[in-house]
Amino acid sequence: MDKILVGLKRVVDYNVRIRVKPDGSGVVTDGVKMSINPFDEIALEEALRIKERGDASEVIAVSIGPPDCQQQLRTGLAMGADRAILVEADQETDPLAAAGIFLEIIGREQPDIVLLGKQAIDDDCSQTGQMLAALWGRPQATFASKIEFSNGTASVTREVDAGLEVIDVDLPAVITTDLRLNEPRYVKLPDIMKAKKKPLEVIGAGDLGVDMSPQFSAVRHEPPAERQKGVMVEDVDGLIAALKDKDLLG
Amino acid sequence: MSKVLIIAEHDGTHLNQSTAKCLNCAQSIDDAGADVVTLGNQCAAVAEQAAALTGVSKVLTIERAENEHAVAAVMAPQIAALADDYDYVLAPSTTFGKDLAPRVAALLGVGQLSDVMSVEGPREFKRPIYAGNAVVTVQVPEGKKIVATVRAASFRPVAPSGGQAEIASVQISVELPGHTRFVELLSGSSGDRPDLQTAKVVISGGRGVGSEENFEILYRLADKMNAAVGASRAAVDAGFVPNEMQVGQTGKIISPDLYIAFGISGAIQHLTGIKDAGTIVAVNKDGEAPIFEIADIGLVGDLFDVIPELEKHL
Ligand SMILES: Cc1cc2nc3c(=O)[nH]c(=O)nc-3n(C[C@H](O)[C@H](O)[C@H](O)COP(=O)(O)OP(=O)(O)OC[C@H]3O[C@@H](n4cnc5c(N)ncnc54)[C@H](O)[C@@H]3O)c2cc1C
Repeated sequence: MDKILVGLKRVVDYNVRIRVKPDGSGVVTDGVKMSINPFDEIALEEALRIKERGDASEVIAVSIGPPDCQQQLRTGLAMGADRAILVEADQETDPLAAAGIFLEIIGREQPDIVLLGKQAIDDDCSQTGQMLAALWGRPQATFASKIEFSNGTASVTREVDAGLEVIDVDLPAVITTDLRLNEPRYVKLPDIMKAKKKPLEVIGAGDLGVDMSPQFSAVRHEPPAERQKGVMVEDVDGLIAALKDKDLLG
Repeated sequence: MSKVLIIAEHDGTHLNQSTAKCLNCAQSIDDAGADVVTLGNQCAAVAEQAAALTGVSKVLTIERAENEHAVAAVMAPQIAALADDYDYVLAPSTTFGKDLAPRVAALLGVGQLSDVMSVEGPREFKRPIYAGNAVVTVQVPEGKKIVATVRAASFRPVAPSGGQAEIASVQISVELPGHTRFVELLSGSSGDRPDLQTAKVVISGGRGVGSEENFEILYRLADKMNAAVGASRAAVDAGFVPNEMQVGQTGKIISPDLYIAFGISGAIQHLTGIKDAGTIVAVNKDGEAPIFEIADIGLVGDLFDVIPELEKHL
């Protein structure tokens, strides 16, 4: 195989406690730690492992968003991506537009595999990979926990509600990653220095001719209904009594 | 008039309960009823189960050898063709629906709403973002088809209607791709235990359980209580239990009447999966564990002492 394209989305770090803005216009992102979407980090790690075992020659990291996404792309380059492409978009990009952008990049780069996270932990949509595969007219293997290649096909184990499902897909294909696919490597200091010299191309989203108009409008944001802290019981007898009280023991 | 199409989830013989939950959601969009489509290969039994549910106008069956297994790339073009006659296409927010619905939406050239938790108006919906730490109300502009997945934990299944809706077989002549092939389903054995997604009582274990062998005491307790067994990501990652038992943001979102967590600390990604449970019980030896912040009943103690004692009372 030749090229692997990996998507890296810049999102609020998973450890940050999310707060909704008082006016309901969104969540607070100012001064909040931003990271690579964890599922995308797994996608990049997998691409690097595929390359390292000789099954691919180049790993290209792609991000869509504001200029600050360069930070996440530099991290990706430090992890080992060969080069990076930032598609600069000042507004939020919904999954359909993101899929359209990836399709344009595919047209330029002709990858054999596109590896994306199964969902982004900000909008939790879980759509971009599937939409891209549809627009591209190619296979999708979502929620992957294992990927193997032979003769132009990928055998992908998928985490589904009923257990593990194995499918074979012809390449090129879109694969989206689940948590147990791998454990991403840590970035070492020398790699960060080296990454600074790796190519990072910036393309304006407008130059790709993709329709970026949002599909939906967000009317308001609100915090979720909170569960109240309940009672603490001293021992198992107390637990049994409390359960009986709620009519939960048959 | 709005017309709603629901994509049925099934395993060839049984209709998944998520379909009855989608019907409930459909009723809040349009109480005139919805059509349900079943794609499969000789799955008449499934169509009949769907036809018996409240709120079903008609069941459409697309029987084709290629539909034997749910392969999104194969199913999506058939549904996209059928969707011409509908304003809404709904699928459950299970791995089945999450795989399929975006592919359908992209073929129709529209966006997709994920995890609809409530219907605020014909074109206005609420959905969770940031692992459920915020809820956004979203409006879909007029003139666009709406493709959405329905968050199962937010809707109760509709009851049987007592009648039987019409079942019609439809032929859809679209070319189906051969580039994606089902190989096999390897399921971790939950045996005869109730299904995690529909069980009234769920007993869950976390890293604190310590090993695959130790999970046996949870299974034993579960069997006494007719409960399903779930787990945290840490327990799955450590190999104590198979992946389909994971509860949380990236596992299953469940809403049992009673959820009992043993040795689970209560990370937000886990709590997202249980927010809709009726009563949450937490047993943890660390009194500071965050799970106690949301538990209805908390007990600070060692699960290896608590479980045997609990069993004696049952
Ligand atoms: C992108 C992303 C997605 C994630 N998705 C999920 C998800 O879907 N589901 C999920 O669960 N997690 C998910 N996680 C992981 C989550 O952040 C936590 O790491 C995980 O839930 C921790 O599992 P745990 O509570 O079992 O383990 P720990 O946090 O290690 O807690 C173990 C607990 O057991 C207690 N304990 C130990 N021994 C005993 C004993 N003998 N008796 C009683 N108590 C004992 C300890 O006091 C401790 O509180 C996700 C993380 C990320 C980054």
